[in-house]
Amino acid sequence: MTNTQENLARQSIASGFSFLGQEAGFEISESSIEYWADDSYQLALFVGILNTFKVAIIGNFLAIILGIFVGIFRLSPNWLLSKLSESYIELARNIPLLLQLFFWYAVFTEIFPDVKESLNPIPGVFISQRGFFFPIFKEHFIWKWVWMTFIGGGLLTYGTSLFLNKLREKTGEKKSLLPFGLLFLFVVPILIWFFGGAPHELDIPQLGGFNFSGGMTLTPEFVALMLGLVIYAGAFNGEIVRAGIESVSRGQWEASQALGLSRWQTLRLVVLPQSLRVIIPPMTSQVLNLIKNSSLAVGIGYPDFVAVANTTMNQTGQAIEAVILIMGVYLFFSLSTSFVMNRYNRSQQLKERGA
Amino acid sequence: MNLKYTKNPEKRSLPLMQGLAVWMKKNLFSTPLNSAISLVLLGLLFKALGPLFYWLVVNSTWEGTAQTCRHNDGACLVFIKEKFVFILFGFYPRELLWRPVVAISLFIGLCLYSRDVKRWNKLLLWRWLKLILLCAFLLKGGLFGFEAVSMDRWGGLPLTLILAFIGLIFSYPIGILLALARTGSLPLIKALSVSYIELIRGVPMISLLFMASVMFPLFMPDGIVLPKLLRAQIAIIMFMSAYMAEVVRGGLAAVDKGQYEAADALGLMYWQKMLKVILPQALKIVIPPTVNTAIGMFKDTSLVVIIALSDLLMTTKTSLKDPKWLGFSVEAYLFAALIYFIFCFSMSRYSKRLEQVFSYGGRS
Repeated sequence: MTNTQENLARQSIASGFSFLGQEAGFEISESSIEYWADDSYQLALFVGILNTFKVAIIGNFLAIILGIFVGIFRLSPNWLLSKLSESYIELARNIPLLLQLFFWYAVFTEIFPDVKESLNPIPGVFISQRGFFFPIFKEHFIWKWVWMTFIGGGLLTYGTSLFLNKLREKTGEKKSLLPFGLLFLFVVPILIWFFGGAPHELDIPQLGGFNFSGGMTLTPEFVALMLGLVIYAGAFNGEIVRAGIESVSRGQWEASQALGLSRWQTLRLVVLPQSLRVIIPPMTSQVLNLIKNSSLAVGIGYPDFVAVANTTMNQTGQAIEAVILIMGVYLFFSLSTSFVMNRYNRSQQLKERGA
Repeated sequence: MNLKYTKNPEKRSLPLMQGLAVWMKKNLFSTPLNSAISLVLLGLLFKALGPLFYWLVVNSTWEGTAQTCRHNDGACLVFIKEKFVFILFGFYPRELLWRPVVAISLFIGLCLYSRDVKRWNKLLLWRWLKLILLCAFLLKGGLFGFEAVSMDRWGGLPLTLILAFIGLIFSYPIGILLALARTGSLPLIKALSVSYIELIRGVPMISLLFMASVMFPLFMPDGIVLPKLLRAQIAIIMFMSAYMAEVVRGGLAAVDKGQYEAADALGLMYWQKMLKVILPQALKIVIPPTVNTAIGMFKDTSLVVIIALSDLLMTTKTSLKDPKWLGFSVEAYLFAALIYFIFCFSMSRYSKRLEQVFSYGGRS
């Protein structure tokens, strides 16, 4: 401890977190909230947390879907499909993630053309070294309401499905969820959009000077990070799903076949629900791994939390505080994820026993 | 009696073309849906592999300079030819290159020799110890007229192998100790071990490497500077020990309760019980996941790039900075990926084989 204090004193670094209030003085290339270089370190770090969060949510969502497909394909009776999935898994698992990230980033910056000669596969969509550019709808107050009713509709649909399930358990009557879902998710938001003036003007990316303006942009850093993380984690998730499906005994397959269920029905209604019990615990650690691995973003310059904390550390010299912050934030992410996943796991386990 | 088991006797008797047709009918075109999937996949494969083939083989450049490469569309293999020594060995003095080459060959040779489970004994352990000393001497030099090479000139594949291998041989025993502490009955030690393991497993490895590169120097007494390589190595060991501990804990839990009780009944002390009865069984059970953790560690050594240590990935990145050879990243990364893949894939195959060995009569 005395060593540390002497060393800090020599480099004239004040310990403590008071630096958080100071002006950060660096730009962050992409941010979900308003941030300027003269904002505080606190806000800069918060932008980093939001970016990490964004990557974690989208990345895990895509990686789990990819994993489910790959795991099912891996067990397909079709030789070609199964072998292709296997090769993908082996290839993605046995190459370091950081190398894969560098690779995808290099593909973007070296193979895709300069902004001036952007690829233009569909009108309004541009691909270049600077990223993907899409058109989006021009800002209008009604879009906010459309989105809110859409999300509310999703919750309502979920509630209805629970209610219909209860109803079926009580009366044995099976009612389709489809009309309710269509109503809540599409009809209501579309009506709101229509009566709100039906805004349909597009904000199309325009080439001006050195880059596009307008529309929506996915930066090469973000796309490369997503590609790398999803491809890497998808392979591990695929193996987990495969192991889960294989853990369900053959008798279940045969029994469902005897009942006249198709292969797809068997998988969806009989095997997957049972395999969830085996899948969820290792999947939890994979979800956590993806969150932790997203910290490699610092290697290709995506401004995630570690990247911002690293810049902060270099500028202020507050090494101990920065490392503590990094550890604290990731611990928070890890603990809250395991909390959610454990709850989900418990719900699956209970159903198992009740059945 | 000479009975030979063949899996599918009638299939053997078919002529080749007919056999192929039967196989295709069964595996690719069994149902209309399957046929459709197969055709779509074949189409996609053709679409993807065609350009790849053209890029890598037909249009690739094997001779010439960067200019020739830029002129051609294909892969620039001249770049790899030019740079592979640097990618593999970093800034190691060119005239002494035979030393890391010999060290790596010996290392890989002994790895291959140790593949067979039957050869696992004390003698092998001694051989490994001798090998480590020999390799360290070869890389470092400074004795018997061998020119000394300073640690910051080590790089490329040897550095990656050192980080992974030294990481493994230290994190394994530390992991065992942590696992014993976690499953033991001493509350304070148990709490310490649990918090260490969960803390480390909850944070990304990068944060540990940052800690090693920027925090360790602050903790050191005046005048003592640990080389960066050593600090990174300590971070890797700290990180991997936590993961090893969880693997070993799985093994400890998998050993039959009766074994613990029998050892207690014989009046063995705690350490006798663990060293002579429980650990030999527990460690054997978890050999396959241990190898998997080792693969993970091998891949994770690449993270030292972030703190600018010249491991294999870093030398690859550095080779791209050469102003004469700008713009061949894809070739360089594919080359590095191939090396990593060869190592990781053979380890994972080996882990699969060990799994079989230990599940069928590996108890002897």
